[in-house]
Amino acid sequence: MKALLLYKDRDFDMEQRMPWNEAALTEDLGLSTLFDAMANQDTFLLDVAKKVIFTGSIDLDTILYRQEILRDSLANPSILRNAYKIVVDTLEEKRQNFWAFFSHRSPNSVLYGSNESMKIFVAKLKQLKSIADEHGHEFKSKGFSRLFEMLREELTDEYFAEIESHLTYLRSDHDVLVSAGLGAGNKGTNYVLRKPPDLKIGWLKRVTLAISRKSEPYTFHLDPRDERGAEALGKLRDRGMNLVANALAQSADHIQSFFTMLRFELGFYVGCLNLYERLKQKGGQICFPVPVPVHHRDHSFVGLYDACLALTTKEKVVGNDMEGEGKYLVIITGANQGGKSTFLRSVGLAQLMMQAGMFVTAESFSANLFSAVFTHYKREEDTTMESGKFDEELRRMSEITDRLTPDSLLLFNESFAATNEREGSEISSQIVSALLEGKNKVFFVTHLYSFARRFHETGKQSALFLRAERRDDGMRTFKLMPGEPLDTSYGEDLYDRIFVNSNVTKSRNGESYES
Amino acid sequence: MSENQEQPLAAPADEDAFKSILFIQPGDSAENAAKEEPAFFSDLNLDQVVDTITRGKERYELRPFFYSPLKDIGTIQYRHEVMRDLEDLTLLDDIRSFAQGMNTVREYIELSTKLSYKYQKERLFLDAVGVYCDEVRYLLDDLTRADVKSRGFLAFRDYLDSYVKSDRFRSLCSETEIVLSKLSQVKYSIIIRGGSFTVRKYNSEIDYSTVVENAFARFKVAAATDYLVKFSDPLEMNHIEAQILSFVAEIFPETFGDLDDYCVRNADYFDTTIRNFDREVQFYIAYLEYISPLKQAGLSFCYPDITEPELNVPKGAVHLHDSEYFDIALASKLVCEDSPVVCNDFYLAGQERIFVVTGPNQGGKTTFARTFGQLHYLASLGCPVPGREARLTLFDRIFTHFEKQEKMTSLRGKLEDDLIRIHDILSRATPQSIIVLNEIFTSTTLGDAVFLSRKVLEDIIRLRCLAVCVTFIDELAAMSESTVSVASTVDPQNPAVRTFKIVRKPADGLAYAMSIAEKYRVTYRHLKRRLSP
Repeated sequence: MKALLLYKDRDFDMEQRMPWNEAALTEDLGLSTLFDAMANQDTFLLDVAKKVIFTGSIDLDTILYRQEILRDSLANPSILRNAYKIVVDTLEEKRQNFWAFFSHRSPNSVLYGSNESMKIFVAKLKQLKSIADEHGHEFKSKGFSRLFEMLREELTDEYFAEIESHLTYLRSDHDVLVSAGLGAGNKGTNYVLRKPPDLKIGWLKRVTLAISRKSEPYTFHLDPRDERGAEALGKLRDRGMNLVANALAQSADHIQSFFTMLRFELGFYVGCLNLYERLKQKGGQICFPVPVPVHHRDHSFVGLYDACLALTTKEKVVGNDMEGEGKYLVIITGANQGGKSTFLRSVGLAQLMMQAGMFVTAESFSANLFSAVFTHYKREEDTTMESGKFDEELRRMSEITDRLTPDSLLLFNESFAATNEREGSEISSQIVSALLEGKNKVFFVTHLYSFARRFHETGKQSALFLRAERRDDGMRTFKLMPGEPLDTSYGEDLYDRIFVNSNVTKSRNGESYES
Repeated sequence: MSENQEQPLAAPADEDAFKSILFIQPGDSAENAAKEEPAFFSDLNLDQVVDTITRGKERYELRPFFYSPLKDIGTIQYRHEVMRDLEDLTLLDDIRSFAQGMNTVREYIELSTKLSYKYQKERLFLDAVGVYCDEVRYLLDDLTRADVKSRGFLAFRDYLDSYVKSDRFRSLCSETEIVLSKLSQVKYSIIIRGGSFTVRKYNSEIDYSTVVENAFARFKVAAATDYLVKFSDPLEMNHIEAQILSFVAEIFPETFGDLDDYCVRNADYFDTTIRNFDREVQFYIAYLEYISPLKQAGLSFCYPDITEPELNVPKGAVHLHDSEYFDIALASKLVCEDSPVVCNDFYLAGQERIFVVTGPNQGGKTTFARTFGQLHYLASLGCPVPGREARLTLFDRIFTHFEKQEKMTSLRGKLEDDLIRIHDILSRATPQSIIVLNEIFTSTTLGDAVFLSRKVLEDIIRLRCLAVCVTFIDELAAMSESTVSVASTVDPQNPAVRTFKIVRKPADGLAYAMSIAEKYRVTYRHLKRRLSP
């Protein structure tokens, strides 16, 4: 039995490695805020959110499969949370099973411990089954329909009766039939508990096997005072129980892993539900994105905003629009604090969320899928030595290059500017050209005018140029509009605001704008 | 190669027949090997080396082999060939697993004599012979597959081949297999009750664990933890098991009758030549295991070129360039601690016979002296020696005199003792001997020390034997064309740091100043180059 809520044909691999640039992505895209909102204080859900988001899919069907399940989840929040709670409780009760903790000492204690765990599992499976019976029909997605149908079909009353009878038989202290062969030194080996031919399912009490009479030849009666003999016989019995104890313990594990997987996979949708409810409080809009196959190039959206900014600010966040079909390169220039970084972050976030099968924070969103997302941001720390900083940036670029696969998305934020304009532009141009020829898509926020200009002159068809808006009065709108790169980033505005304050002469402002 | 093998060979002459993997000379053998540790062992730290080499292999009694230096180049080469074959890791593993098998055989036999229940004793004997037969055949297969080139292994392989083909061995194997297979077919059931049990033939009842597995099959996932309890079970039976076994023997009387007969017939199964091989080949394995971590740490070993000590030919006695020699005992300690090992290069050319080692204390002088002695001794065992390349001569004896730690009641007593011991060395040493003197005459006045050291060194020079003399007396360094002056050095950046490098240079006390000149590139050599256009 499998949950199959993340992939329609397989379990989610909880042990898979996170992308190498997990830390960089988290920092550059502000993912912690997103994860926290999904977790809602639950560390397990935090882990689920991370694992699913960092291992997004490049398969359209998988993404649409999850979107469908997520729609079901948003429509039936209380049933989803209830099922999730049953699963969590199961694992918690199992964790507190005192006997399972001691169960490695002898086959007998293995048997006892797994029997106790089984009792817990059976009770909870019954609860899950009743949810399936009562509410299964309210779910429309292929994923949930299959899960509930499976629970109804596999967990019949007859089945519960059968496994309960085994549990009872293996709990009682009865006579046993054990087979063996001769091993090294003619010691007995391969002890196996056999099911006596006359054993009937449904026994409840300790029984004497009817298979032999005590008068049979080759029978040995222990002296009642022969304690060592009784102990030795007990050991033999233990050996006979070894295989069956192992089988029961492994079965208990298998059921536990079903619950574990169910907890993880349901947990993802609970996380999405948490996020959805937070965004709704903030008045943020969501939509289900339209994924486009990997080898296409498209990035078209309306009202895309930064989910993390929306979660942390009281103000209404500005959404951006873009029409990027067929574009390989997006260069963003313009005013400082004009929303360029926020824009870049919203693009990265939306991409990861879409590929995880989630909704995105926009009015509408469509983009092609990528094999991987990389961020290369100017790092603020280590400003003591400019040359060291440039060195560090190129080293990071080299590390990315080591791991780069075609069809990756690369987000650059003011990279390679820790040197003079000419060198920075030259290096940036060389890197970006190579990346584009390697079939990747690049978003590049930059002040390097010559670099931006070069691509504006040579690659207009495949490149898009956005500029941070600035009204004539020098105020930012935080909205990006298509626009060719300009030879200034309005640093003077900042300078004015911070150094000159209100004493600023209007003429200076005007001059710089015209140039 | 294969053509040669296919051609009918003449019956091997007796001298080609396999005798031993260690010895070829008629007089040499395991029985004649020295039982006592040579006197110089502790001075050269070879006692530590042999302790480590033989640790865990006590049952093979390898020490005598390490106490017996060889006197002929032929046997040394014979051992080099075998050792080179064993550097093939596949062959080495094969021999190791053979050795493990032979151990199992011995353990089973030992247990068999110790245990008390008849059918258990007999079965252990049968198991032992079973392992023996398997291992002997595996070994022949392995040796046939391996590309062995040494005379030792080739001859042993021929021996093993004819042994395996012999009627005696073949019938031993087939009898063993028949009895083992009959026993393995014995299958029985035990009905265990509270205070009694019954044994009967097994009747194909269903395995209850499969019943359980089937019941829960729908939950099955691929990976599963193993909950099988591992029983720590002595091979020795308790009386319940013995009672069960005797019931089983009654139920299967024919099988156990065969076992009785088998044991009577095959008591004498172990071949002596194979038994000796099993012991002697451990000499090589023990040494290779000892040097393996050193090699992994990047240290080199080589097969030295061994020459006869030629009395009147003033040729290089030892000739070694860029060779990275090191003290094997110290290296094995340092490698354990993950510390770096300092290697040294040295050579003797022309008339040179004697290293006079001077320089700062704690600078590696004693280590240098030990290295020199160890190289020659290890070479005489037929072992690879530390270093990249080496040419060494055979010696008849090694004499060492190292400063002893013990406190003497009076200085005169100690000086006298030193003199007596050195006199003893000089009276027994021959031109083929090696003498290693470490800090002699430290317990007297400088004047005395200079005088006595000079006298001793003159004697050694006259003897024309190989020697290392560690001393604090600079004057000794340039006494003759047969002496070579070498000195320990210090780090020019920080004179407190020893480099442990011993280099050829005059003992002029200028080592430190020279190093600084090197650092600032103002030595003659540097200045010439820097000033050239």
